Amino acid sequence: MKIMTCPLNGPRNISEFVWGGEVKTHPPLDCTDAQWAEYAVLENNTAGVVREWWYHVPTAYWFIAERNTVTDEIVRTYPAREVFKDRVVYEAPRGAKEGA
Amino acid sequence: MVLALLKYGLSKQYPARHQFPKPKDLKKSYDVVIIGGGGHGLATAYYLARDWGITNVCVLDKGYLGGGNTARNTAIIRSNYLTPEGVKFYDESVRLYQDLSNDFDLNILYSERGHLTLAHTDSAIRTMRWRAEVNKHFGINSELIFVDDIRKMCPQLELSDKVRYPVLGALYHAPGSIARHDAVAWGYGAGAAQRGVEIHQRTEVLGIERTGVNGKGGRVTGVITDRGTIKAGRVIQAVAGNTSRVADMIGFKLPIRTIPLQACVSQPLKPFLDKIIVSGSLHVYISQSSRGELVMGGSTDPYSLYSTRSSLDFKEGLMMHMLELFPYLAEVKLLRQWAGMTDMTPDFAPIMGETPVENYYIDAGWGTWGFKATPVCGKRNAEMLATGRVPELLQPFTYKRFLNFTQLGEKGAASVGH
Repeated sequence: MKIMTCPLNGPRNISEFVWGGEVKTHPPLDCTDAQWAEYAVLENNTAGVVREWWYHVPTAYWFIAERNTVTDEIVRTYPAREVFKDRVVYEAPRGAKEGA
Repeated sequence: MVLALLKYGLSKQYPARHQFPKPKDLKKSYDVVIIGGGGHGLATAYYLARDWGITNVCVLDKGYLGGGNTARNTAIIRSNYLTPEGVKFYDESVRLYQDLSNDFDLNILYSERGHLTLAHTDSAIRTMRWRAEVNKHFGINSELIFVDDIRKMCPQLELSDKVRYPVLGALYHAPGSIARHDAVAWGYGAGAAQRGVEIHQRTEVLGIERTGVNGKGGRVTGVITDRGTIKAGRVIQAVAGNTSRVADMIGFKLPIRTIPLQACVSQPLKPFLDKIIVSGSLHVYISQSSRGELVMGGSTDPYSLYSTRSSLDFKEGLMMHMLELFPYLAEVKLLRQWAGMTDMTPDFAPIMGETPVENYYIDAGWGTWGFKATPVCGKRNAEMLATGRVPELLQPFTYKRFLNFTQLGEKGAASVGH
């Protein structure tokens, strides 16, 4: 069994988790459609240590793990607040149409 | 008898037939450089040489010929896809496969078995009907059948309602076949080599040389390898799980994730299963090879990894569902398990054609559905490299579709485990 150490629940069987993909920084909300598409769809798919989202299904807890995608070693796991420190407010950009 | 054999072995009258010429040094330049010596790369070289007379070609592989996913798939060949673009594409591949043993003068053990995609829910029945109608529209022999017909065709299956997810119906695809995947690589490789293509194994590509890059893609001029740099007219990469690593050399970011796909075989058994069985709901597929082994697979690993390691989780999950379909296999032993590194795309359709770099082409995003497409990819890639134009059949698979939100939804038909 492969163990993933959940920051909330401690070491658990990795089958209790869902892999959430790379941690990406999303572009500013007034970006172009092309920039948004790139953010949504393109992947670094790095061979090496990657910072990615993981989700502990039984407790519905999202967190971040640093994992080596070549050796399958989980380097570190930590709560998302270590990376995301500020609250993000989603507001429609100026000039956006209502109900477009 | 022994003496006669020795005499035959040492005789000059019957020299050993080498499928592949001895490896040489890399030349200074080639008209076409193919990065990746798997099924797709070798097939591309083969058709370039055979159909277009272009033989100043080299195929580079950092490992051994056909040692990647071509060696690791479960060898199922079919064209029962969902989208019209996909169906037309895979149909051409199936037709090419049918004559391949003759083309190669090498037996690829192509065996038309009939393919059943089992439906265990009403929504699955609807998907099978959809696929059947699209297939029929393009002249492909697929139809939706129900339990009575399945029982007649495949009495080996557990079709009672005493299981968690009883079989309700199936998409029956008569042209569904299996073949010896290694032989496909050898056939294409030997055919290409005999026509003058150079195959360089254990040669790793380290970088790509380009001109005119000023913020745009530029044009490819050469390939840097660990055995020297070569000039290249046109280049194509066909490296499956390593797609992003190679595309990175031209600064080309793709929507690809490299995820292992595991498979396994049982001990050999007397032939009892002629059909190829797939169950989307149970995430499993099985067929019996010419050696009597049950070749089995399931869905991809739950997370990305650049490795071909196998896991216990895979076996447990697979067997749990396989025994719903074939309970009497409980005592059969597993012989071997392995994995490949698949380049998965968001829409389960491939990425083919041009890249931002002129004269640099891509054959990627083949995920878990690449083996069946080997001949059509080779043939159409060759056409593309020879003419410098993307054939109409490949145009829907452009990388731009992700940025334009014109994806081709093939998840239902390409894979299991959704």
